[in-house]
Amino acid sequence: MPVIVKEPKEQVKKPQESFWKRMTRHQLFIPLAALALLVLFNLIADPSFFAVSIKQNSLGNPVLSGNIISVLDNASELVLLAIGMTLVTASSGGQDISVGATMAIAGSVILRMVCGGQVSADSPCMPILLAVLIGIFVSMAFGAFNGALVAYFKIQPMVATLIMFTAGRSIAAWINNNELPIMNDVSFKYAGTFLPGIPVPTPIFITIFMVIVFWALLKFTNLGLYTQAVGINANSSHLNGLNPQMIKLLTYMILGACVAVAGFIRVSRSGSINYSRIAENIEMDAILAVALGGNSLSGGKFNIYGSIIGAYVIQFLTTTLYKYEVPSTALPAYKAVVVIILVVLSAPVVREKLSHMKRTAGKTVKEAT
Amino acid sequence: MKKFLALALSVAMALSLAACGNSGSGAASAAASSKPAASGSELIKVGVINNDPNESGYRTANDRAMREMFTEANGYEATFYNNNDAAQQIATAQQMIQDEVDYLLLSPGSTTGWDTVLQDAKDAGTQVILFDRMLEADESMYVAAVVSDMPKEGVTAVDWLASQGLDEYNIIHIQGHMGSDAQVGRTGALDEKVNAEGNWNYVVQQTADWDEATAQQITQSVIDSGKSFNVIYAENDGMARGAVAALDKAGITHGVDGDVIVMGFDCNQWALQELLAGNWNYDGQCNPFQAETINEIIQGLEAGNAPTEKIIYTPEQGFDATTISQSDVDTFGI
Repeated sequence: MPVIVKEPKEQVKKPQESFWKRMTRHQLFIPLAALALLVLFNLIADPSFFAVSIKQNSLGNPVLSGNIISVLDNASELVLLAIGMTLVTASSGGQDISVGATMAIAGSVILRMVCGGQVSADSPCMPILLAVLIGIFVSMAFGAFNGALVAYFKIQPMVATLIMFTAGRSIAAWINNNELPIMNDVSFKYAGTFLPGIPVPTPIFITIFMVIVFWALLKFTNLGLYTQAVGINANSSHLNGLNPQMIKLLTYMILGACVAVAGFIRVSRSGSINYSRIAENIEMDAILAVALGGNSLSGGKFNIYGSIIGAYVIQFLTTTLYKYEVPSTALPAYKAVVVIILVVLSAPVVREKLSHMKRTAGKTVKEAT
Repeated sequence: MKKFLALALSVAMALSLAACGNSGSGAASAAASSKPAASGSELIKVGVINNDPNESGYRTANDRAMREMFTEANGYEATFYNNNDAAQQIATAQQMIQDEVDYLLLSPGSTTGWDTVLQDAKDAGTQVILFDRMLEADESMYVAAVVSDMPKEGVTAVDWLASQGLDEYNIIHIQGHMGSDAQVGRTGALDEKVNAEGNWNYVVQQTADWDEATAQQITQSVIDSGKSFNVIYAENDGMARGAVAALDKAGITHGVDGDVIVMGFDCNQWALQELLAGNWNYDGQCNPFQAETINEIIQGLEAGNAPTEKIIYTPEQGFDATTISQSDVDTFGI
């Protein structure tokens, strides 16, 4: 007997949607629009914002210098955190608020290893790469602690990570023996500044490398699919043969690795760490980057590229505010206003309204002609 | 198996947490060891409420000095409590007063909310000595306050800067956490000078919240926009270090014989070493060693002499890169 397949009506409807509607629906619309807006503002206000020049640094190397380079350079840590935070958000439907504190721990571990336990050292006491690997390992262990609380003990992510948020900097102090270690060797600062002879800041390369790693991870493994499945419905993914607990734990450990690399870049910028202040409140920026990227903060579907662009938007905004010398006391207020606008615009309700508005506007124009 | 692994991991973490708690912040660590030795004089009972030693290098040095001073060997039976949270501090202070300490040494986490504690102390006959930080209360409520004179630190630094005799002062001013005593004091003198003198200008005045990386970004942003400057006035050593990192990136010379004068505060040992090496120009002291002065006050009170002044400022100075010596670094570095 022939089987008649009835086509759903929606499918016929789809191509009729306007370009505007499809564009505003796209997940990357808001972060890209925000970025474009900031670029446009700076182009109009002062095009010299985009000027890039070559300067000699104190070691005599030619290096690129300019606001755009600064944005790309300084956003590095936030980009790495945003990538990890996206995965954690997608799998567990909550955020890790301990990333700043864990960055202090990872940075302390790396710096203390390299300094060989002394307060200040002039040459690295162990290969820097090895110290970084140990830092990544420690940070992943802390990630696993957070992940275990969330996955196996079913504690709300924000509450579970509150433990490390509170205790992290004290642990960092303990690692540092309550001292502020200083590394004076130039080679330690390569990762945070410039490699000799290369005019582009090294953090940019590290970020590109990490983005490629995650692109490959999501492209060639099932990590993305599994994370999404667990985030949408942990029970049904379990029935389909996944181990939701393991996936959640894994995402927290991946975030741990991202945090360690970010921590390394941060301590490498100046060769020292002030564990009580380093990366303070960066967790808020990281969560904001995820939200700006159009990702649902309650988990499920995600797009790491959205978060990456979100991170650059935040840094672009910060650098712009610095450039226009917004009074220090008013800085958070300005940032808040911009954030409110962006977040409201990216709310699904508003976006739905937005696309309708355009359609009706288009209709009226048509009727008029 | 996996569950076991997770459990083992979390237990390991919890243990490392506990280990940390022992060595540092958080819980009150009662140093009240064995009962006073039967022989000779009674020990003086003091309760010390301080902020978290991990807050900064300054606080670490301050806490260490207090713990080294108030020992049994020096004739004290001391209980220490460290917390930045004023509510916790208040609860502990009340406990200490009930335990009938003779002296309550207090570095309040906030300036308000202490009225009941001070009144209770007065009723119980406990003498209160404030150190490092003031609180809002009538002077009669405490015996003495041993504090840093932050506005004077600013004045000392600005006077030093003025003595450099530059034709024009174009200053990058990197402020600490807005509203903190140190920020208000160190900003005040500079603000006054910039307003008064025609050739003193701010290139930028911005807070970095005591954070090195933020200070670096602020300085970077000035360099990127091509403005010229010749002074960096950072309100602590860490932020000065961040600013210098940005200068190094752009190849701008700094320190003695450099294009840019670098000024910091707090006198961390490494910062004084930067001075000694000629990379920075000035570092203003913020003296964390109040323990000695407090000891003198207590000994005076025990002998029946009240301190002549309510507010006692600890001596503080500024160091110049051209005159600093290795012994200064060793003596005054924290």
